[in-house]
Amino acid sequence: MKKIINEMKLRLPARSVNEAVARSVISSFCAELAPSVEELGDLRCAVSEAVTNCIVHAYRGRGDDERCYIYISARLYDTREITVEISDNGCGIENVELARAPSFTTGESGERCGMGFLVMESFTDSLCVKSRVGKGTSVLMRKKLKP
Amino acid sequence: MQEDVIFRGGDRTLTAEICCEIDHHTARRMRELIDRELFLKKPEILTLDFSSVSFMDSSGMGLVLGRCSLAEQIGCSVRLVGLSDRLMKLVRLCGVEKVKNLTVIK
Ligand SMILES: Nc1ncnc2c1ncn2[C@@H]1O[C@H](COP(=O)(O)OP(=O)(O)O)[C@@H](O)[C@H]1O
Ligand SMILES: [Mg+2]
Repeated sequence: MKKIINEMKLRLPARSVNEAVARSVISSFCAELAPSVEELGDLRCAVSEAVTNCIVHAYRGRGDDERCYIYISARLYDTREITVEISDNGCGIENVELARAPSFTTGESGERCGMGFLVMESFTDSLCVKSRVGKGTSVLMRKKLKP
Repeated sequence: MQEDVIFRGGDRTLTAEICCEIDHHTARRMRELIDRELFLKKPEILTLDFSSVSFMDSSGMGLVLGRCSLAEQIGCSVRLVGLSDRLMKLVRLCGVEKVKNLTVIK
């Protein structure tokens, strides 16, 4: 049985400055496992994508006065595995399979390119997306570091 | 204060050196800066220099692709230079080779 060696939970308001905050928290959190520069770069990028999606899509059109939060929970295992779950209480995704297809975006053209899920998938070992329309979305990413 | 984008050159070739991490938060401002300069100078070639970019996610690719379609309207082509291995990995993943007026220079 693999054992959890560290865990954290973080709640951030859906403000775009928190994209960088989330990346640096994740870097510090997994420093204990001494990931390679490439592994860390992959993870930072995947986390940035998931957090950005909460801000850009999940809470799109919501006012500043509303409480829109991003929830991040991460774990380190003694098997050198890292899991990061990023969730929101936003609008949800109607068709997850379609949303995950490269180049699919409901964002503004000339701004989004529909590659976020592809990045999360390619830069980690597994990506699981769960969503309910009107309730929110959760993405769970898993990355196993080299020994 | 350090500028986020440093512009060099003029009407034929315009170089924009990007000097910060590129995510959705920072891309907004860079887009405004680059577009303003692009329409002011209307160059034949727009070079985006990434040698001072320490982080980029797909918002950076959105920034690049958006500038390409804008540049196309004024007959301008776009070049990406100074990409680290890290950034190259992202650029390759996003498959930008298909964009006609875009060249990635290694
Ligand atoms: N947390 C989320 N809440 C609601 N919709 C989302 C969320 N994440 C992704 N989506 C939907 O999936 C699409 C694809 O996401 P992604 O691959 O990251 O590309 P992009 O962010 O460039 O649009 C988005 O355009 C959006 O419609
Ligand atoms: Mg995205």
